[in-house]
Amino acid sequence: MDVPAHITGTVWKVEVSVGQKVAAGDVLVILESMKMEMPVEAPEAGTVKEIRCQPSQPVNEGDVLVVLAP
Amino acid sequence: MFRSLLIANRGEIARRIGTVARSMGLRTIAVYSDADAEAPFVREADQAVRLGPPPPKDSYLNLEALIRAAKETGAEAVHPGYGFVSENAEFARACTEAGIVFVGPPPESMGRMKDKAQARALAAGAGVPVVPGSDGVVGDLRAASEAAERIGFPVLVKAAGGGGGIGMAVAGSQAELEKAFRACADRARAAFGRDAVYLERYFPAPRHIEVQILGDTQDNLLQVLERECSIQRRHQKVVEEAGSPLFLEGKNPELLRRMTDAALAAARAFGYANAGTVEFLVSDGEFFFIEMNARLQVEHPVTELTTGVDLIGWQLRIAAGERLTLKQEDIQRRGHALEFRIYAEDPVRFLPSPGPLNVFRPPEGEGIRVDAGYAEGGMVTPYYDPLLAKLIVSGKSRAEAIQRSEDALQRFDIQGLKNNVPLHLRIVRDRAFQDGALDTHFLEHHAKP
Repeated sequence: MDVPAHITGTVWKVEVSVGQKVAAGDVLVILESMKMEMPVEAPEAGTVKEIRCQPSQPVNEGDVLVVLAP
Repeated sequence: MFRSLLIANRGEIARRIGTVARSMGLRTIAVYSDADAEAPFVREADQAVRLGPPPPKDSYLNLEALIRAAKETGAEAVHPGYGFVSENAEFARACTEAGIVFVGPPPESMGRMKDKAQARALAAGAGVPVVPGSDGVVGDLRAASEAAERIGFPVLVKAAGGGGGIGMAVAGSQAELEKAFRACADRARAAFGRDAVYLERYFPAPRHIEVQILGDTQDNLLQVLERECSIQRRHQKVVEEAGSPLFLEGKNPELLRRMTDAALAAARAFGYANAGTVEFLVSDGEFFFIEMNARLQVEHPVTELTTGVDLIGWQLRIAAGERLTLKQEDIQRRGHALEFRIYAEDPVRFLPSPGPLNVFRPPEGEGIRVDAGYAEGGMVTPYYDPLLAKLIVSGKSRAEAIQRSEDALQRFDIQGLKNNVPLHLRIVRDRAFQDGALDTHFLEHHAKP
């Protein structure tokens, strides 16, 4: 499952690593935009399969940040 | 008076300071990042200097580039606006060392206000009521737990040196405290380079009321009455007004007098000069000092419009060493003013929404003033705060100001990005808002779509 950025901004922190198990609602990535921090949460439980962003990287709304496997 | 002024800021405030300074005959120098090269504040300045790439650390927070720009252009003074370097004592000192006048309080005074734990102790020492809290910073979880037991839950955990809603969390129990402590300590370290948080009593439904201060360098100090800024989201102000509905039509005169006296006492304790603001929480007829801001506030226009005091003009005159000619008895409120912060954000979930301003047509009319940082065709980037413009509406009474505001908001045409005009319309149409029944959690319970 692809987890996209819900806003346009910059990646502030990546909170998970590949292979990590996450529950629904766990924070995967924290984005920063317009001086606000916006957590991107796991929509459902799974395992982190891929991380497609890194700190300070600019992202657009809809860009895939993390891929989860069921 | 100096003859030239560099404005170390961007957006609406850089534009506003430039307009006031030029009207006083000063040559204005704008500085800008690559994201703002086409912005109105740059176009309107007499001269403009590029600072660097868009991220604030490379541009508006780059002290070296700012000082260099001031020297190269022969600027005699620097106005920092709000945010960015406005409360940076190191920058103020660097200006002084370069022979440039910093428009703001003395650097020592800024240092006293910046550290919130120190500020609190100074205010308490001056007899100003402070929110019950940890005495100074707590450096570990055990100390935080002990302090929380003493203060009583719920507690607010704040990162020392923070502000603008960054690095704050509420904890209702010991378990929540652990989580809040870790989050704030992380934030303090990331943003300010140290692991220091402090705790204070959390009030479920307080008002946020602040007092404007104006002082010169000859020890004359005035209070320029109160503003209410209770309408907030994520601890950041959305609507401000002067005066506070709590004091309308002469209500609660004793509370107002105690608050303005306390604000003056706090400002004296900080050794304050220039324009500043003392912020209070007000709950059940009691008030508590939150902090003193060593700068011009975003919401200063509601004070200007209802008292006739030109705050930016006075900032410049005071910085030039002039004496305050206003007397305390000259400060009287006439009418009412509201300020709506027009943000580039989703009006329901308050998510940031950068993008192009395809259409940007502010309303005009009786009692309507718009301080805008952008113009139609401009691009709003994710690098800076979401403030597009301030809609400031005044009237003879609060009711008239609210009525004019509804009309002005309906005519504010913004297209190309999400913005919070619809939220402001819901607020001015909300019965509790119209009744002046405000608290800092207002938006959690009112003005819903």
